[in-house]
Amino acid sequence: MHRNPIKTFWKNPTRRWALLFLGPVTAAFFIGFVWPFIQGIWLSLCKFRLISDAQFIGLDNFTKALEDPTFRHAFWYTALFAVVSLVLINILAFAVAYVLTQGIKGSNIYRTVFFMPNLIGGIVLGYIWSMIFDGILSHYGTSILMETKFGFWGLIILMLWQQIGYMMIIYIAGLQAVPEDMLEAARIDGANRWQTLFRVTIPNVMPSITICTFLSLTNGFKLFDQNMALTAGQPFIIQPDGSAVKTTEMLALNIYNTFYGSSNTSPGVAQAKAVLFFILVAGLGLLQLSYTRKREVQQ
Amino acid sequence: MKQNSLSGERRTKVILQIVLAVICVIYILPVLTVVINSFKQNTYVKSETFALPNEESWNGLENFIKGMTFGNYPFWKSVLYSVVITVASTALILVFTSMAAWYIARVNSFFCKVIYFLCVFSMVVPFQMVMFTLSKTADKLHLNTPWSIPVVYLGFGAGLAIFMFVGFVKSIPISIEESAAMDGCGPVRTFFRIVLPMLKPTLISVGILEIMWVWNDYLLPYLVLDINEYRTIPIHIQYLKGSYGTVDLGATMALILLSIIPVIVFYLSCQKHIIKGVAAGAVKG
Repeated sequence: MHRNPIKTFWKNPTRRWALLFLGPVTAAFFIGFVWPFIQGIWLSLCKFRLISDAQFIGLDNFTKALEDPTFRHAFWYTALFAVVSLVLINILAFAVAYVLTQGIKGSNIYRTVFFMPNLIGGIVLGYIWSMIFDGILSHYGTSILMETKFGFWGLIILMLWQQIGYMMIIYIAGLQAVPEDMLEAARIDGANRWQTLFRVTIPNVMPSITICTFLSLTNGFKLFDQNMALTAGQPFIIQPDGSAVKTTEMLALNIYNTFYGSSNTSPGVAQAKAVLFFILVAGLGLLQLSYTRKREVQQ
Repeated sequence: MKQNSLSGERRTKVILQIVLAVICVIYILPVLTVVINSFKQNTYVKSETFALPNEESWNGLENFIKGMTFGNYPFWKSVLYSVVITVASTALILVFTSMAAWYIARVNSFFCKVIYFLCVFSMVVPFQMVMFTLSKTADKLHLNTPWSIPVVYLGFGAGLAIFMFVGFVKSIPISIEESAAMDGCGPVRTFFRIVLPMLKPTLISVGILEIMWVWNDYLLPYLVLDINEYRTIPIHIQYLKGSYGTVDLGATMALILLSIIPVIVFYLSCQKHIIKGVAAGAVKG
């Protein structure tokens, strides 16, 4: 289609500027991502204190990581948290989005308010809610740090407060794209409100549902700041061998504590945990990608 | 019949209005709790969390003064460093990733494909995977000051930005750039004069996502920065609350209030862009 003068524009003069256009990002990307990533994979197979004295030991770190009771506990705790928060966030966010797209007066104000908590950082959120929960629980002579179930549901409430507004925005965009004539046709055919919702609206917003499902799932798995600020893993259960299982510690915090915690830290095992964590999160991402691709083909 | 169903509809709407208003109040309450407690004495924060400050518990501006001077690290320094890091990182990311994305989308050589693939890949990598090695690398390269840490943000945040920019560049017709080329416009001028203005909506979206990320980020600056010299607002608050000994909750709430006021002002002044930007960033998955 395009012949010589244009072809040469993309070939010769532009390529001569590759260093300017690609150079800075490529350099920073190697420093900030590629090199640390490769080094991280390598170190997960090593025994080391400092990076310079790393010695290859094969998969030992991974065996240790998988045998670590705190890591296993963190995994199941995180998985439970991610699933519960996923279900609650999505049902509530969809409900709010659905109501707000029905021509309610003042829906813009509601949207503004519900989205607001998203802008507040995780650390600050954690401390705001720890004050609120302790303000309530202190009347019963207890605290959010005293019981695992308080920590669990406290974090769920915090995440609901933060994430419903975010997911609501995505759902509103999806709901507004549902063709009006389809809804009209359903109404003319005598479908009631619920039938229209389940037979017409929900099938049409499936892409948004997929996005929000995976987003809240990965958000749940990657959660760190809120977890650290709200309970930091408390309460602890002391094991017979003197080690402690932090009952509200999630995966990311467990990895952090293995790296930087005070009690006999071993960076090799921590890095192996980080690699396992990466495989888990990346796996979820790939699953989402293939799932959305499949849906796109079907449509 | 019609009359009846209409009034039924109206009744549902009234009920929904009430429900929404109640949820709205519940949503604002946590922030209000912060406001009232930032004026109370420490002991009353825990015992009377939801009561308005009274004569007994009122602490005036003491909490703010204490919070801002706590632990021989002045709060204004943290604010300054937070601003420097956020502004510099966002600017760096916007300029360099949009340039790279244009080049990647249009030239599309083998090297471009490799970089693009790595960028998309980096989006699914959690920070914990690289935090240890990244902080060591940054230390070695002296990227541990507020003036150099934007390089780390450019590197770790490039993935999403490039992904979004490439998607947008592919959607604008190439013929505009090619007619500029026919008129003898070089690549650099073509990009800055013609492509960059067209990228404006994506620049705003990416900019907002990066601002929100960098401003609230805790772990990356905590691990990378030289913490005795440089703190950001989240690090400062974590130090105040997480330090051993008696925690002054009143002072913590005062600082939290100070730190969320600019965020709320920023949000209210450009919420349309913020909501659009967040929605655009979410679709990437």
